[in-house]
Amino acid sequence: MDAGFWVLQFLNALQFSMLLFLLSIGLTVIFGLLHFVNLAHGALYMMGAYIAVSTANQTGSYWAAFVLAPLGVTLVGAILYFMLIDRLRTANPMNQVLVTFGLIFVFLDLVRITWGDIALGLEVPPSLEGSSYLLGVHYPTYRLFIIFVGTMVMACLWLVLARTQIGAMIRASVENGAMASAVGINVSRLFFGAFCVGCALAGLAGVIAAPIFSATTGMGISILIPALVVVVIGGLGSLEGAIVGSLIVGFIETIGAVIFPSVAAVSSYLLLAAILILRPKGLIPARG
Amino acid sequence: MHKFFTTVVIAAATLVGTSQYAFAETKVGLLLPRSGTYAVLGKEIEAGFNLAVEQADRTGEFKIFNEDTEIKPQVGLAKARKLVLENEVDVIVGIVSSGVLGAIRDFMHNAKVPLIVANAGNNEATGKSCSPYITRVSFSSNQLNRPIGKWMFDKGIRKVYTLAPDYVAGHQMIDGFTDAFTRAGGEVVGREFTPFGKTKDFGPYLAKAKAAKPDAIFVFYAGGEAISFVKQYGSFGLSKELPLYSSGFLTSPLYVKAEGDAAIGIVASLHYVPTLDTPENKEFVEAFIAKEGRSPSEYAVQGYDAAKLLMGAADAGANDRASLAEQLPKVKYVSPRGPVEIDLATNNIIQNVYVYDTVTNGGELTQKILDTLEAVQDAPNGCTM
Repeated sequence: MDAGFWVLQFLNALQFSMLLFLLSIGLTVIFGLLHFVNLAHGALYMMGAYIAVSTANQTGSYWAAFVLAPLGVTLVGAILYFMLIDRLRTANPMNQVLVTFGLIFVFLDLVRITWGDIALGLEVPPSLEGSSYLLGVHYPTYRLFIIFVGTMVMACLWLVLARTQIGAMIRASVENGAMASAVGINVSRLFFGAFCVGCALAGLAGVIAAPIFSATTGMGISILIPALVVVVIGGLGSLEGAIVGSLIVGFIETIGAVIFPSVAAVSSYLLLAAILILRPKGLIPARG
Repeated sequence: MHKFFTTVVIAAATLVGTSQYAFAETKVGLLLPRSGTYAVLGKEIEAGFNLAVEQADRTGEFKIFNEDTEIKPQVGLAKARKLVLENEVDVIVGIVSSGVLGAIRDFMHNAKVPLIVANAGNNEATGKSCSPYITRVSFSSNQLNRPIGKWMFDKGIRKVYTLAPDYVAGHQMIDGFTDAFTRAGGEVVGREFTPFGKTKDFGPYLAKAKAAKPDAIFVFYAGGEAISFVKQYGSFGLSKELPLYSSGFLTSPLYVKAEGDAAIGIVASLHYVPTLDTPENKEFVEAFIAKEGRSPSEYAVQGYDAAKLLMGAADAGANDRASLAEQLPKVKYVSPRGPVEIDLATNNIIQNVYVYDTVTNGGELTQKILDTLEAVQDAPNGCTM
């Protein structure tokens, strides 16, 4: 196992971390802002992949799917918000969990009825086909693209949250919603905006994951657990937490699979247990 | 008065309902996953089963009771109990998951109700825990993977790295292959079992396989994992330095469309390939396409043959549990997959295994048969009836 081998694994880990990040950031922001546990987030990711496959089939273009799928998922999210989530905001967490857990199955069957049981593939766009030479290894260009998109989203979110007025309002509302409301911030409109962004990112994760993992009915459930692990490890409600959490989980799962394959399946859960014992609020929680 | 009327209607309906049984219908329990990740396989098997019965114009002869096993052994067992005790079925057909088969085996055996296994491939079911009431028309893990082990060695491959999901079927498929390949003189230079259902990125494992510098890799993956694996293998551009061989489910006709061009050139072994050039298969493929609008997969054939076996036993005069159990293993015929019969020593099917690769034909992905290994039969493996 030479240096090239480790570069390859490093890139694999980075690529997986970025996917986890796109998914967990929506989950963590929605939780941080709304104190709302949205287990249906994985289902939105699945919707993103399926909408992307249909859009690409209709238009013949991956890039149309890349733009339209996140928008479509946002629309689905907005409908959910007004029909269910807005009403559940003051409900106790157990009710929220039960309703959104139920939504997972509703979406699963909606997808089965609309798109069928057989998994659907999405072709990589011609411009991203093949592999690129980087750091002494050949690495699939499309995977580099995923790393690029993830990094861009991270940078944009950081800029918005740390450097703009809206970001300051969001941070204030996460810190103390009642006080933010008292100083004139329209908290519920802010919540809705943040919720939509979370949905769009889940949709984006769905599109960019589809060419690698293909669109399957089980994808929403299987990604939900690692995304929740990321959120708990990173700390609820914080961007930095989601970044650190997804990098840790991505690297542990990938490098763990190489070094200790027999414990690969449980390695991130061991970490989860350790975090819950030592730092129950996560590594970088939003509220100190 | 109203209540009286209702009672009369119910009584009348019951009478009409029961009077139908005077025709000595055979009651069949179709025990398949109808929800969750294996639902697609359940549907495919059911489509094959119905096609055979409809083709023979014998739908009136069988009364079907549908139950959903999901992929949970305890659910499967509860549903098998319900079919046997409540619906009083004469025979159960189906079972996709090896776990479900393992869970219901003792119950079926003790209840003396015949079971036609239409997918689950665990070796034990027709090995050390075989039963005269369990007949398998699908395959055993061993049966499909032994032939390609020897075949690969004969083609000059000496060093192989293996990958499979970490659960019973994954281990049995790889063990079957490894046993035959090393016995022929080959060497397995490394292997990995990936967490089942949790592995999304196969990149780390592929890089590890490549680092072991084998002549080829041999894998078993099915369902969603098969699609992800093939696409990721394709994206790493490994086909030149690391040729991929597999248990045929990897490039099943059911998934090959989603896998796309990455599937081209993958060599696999399976008991059925839709491009088989026999009159029986042509007729079957045509009828299946007319009904479902796409090519049949190996799962469809398994359902089809389960129905053929059932009808064959009925032709021999079987009409209840005991006579069905006796007649089912004696049915022999030419299936779309080639000549089949049941091995009376184990009740597992004896069938051809095909080595094929996936090729592109006018933009459509299709299967090209490279070799036919005829009448592959399992050793009894500790089975005493």
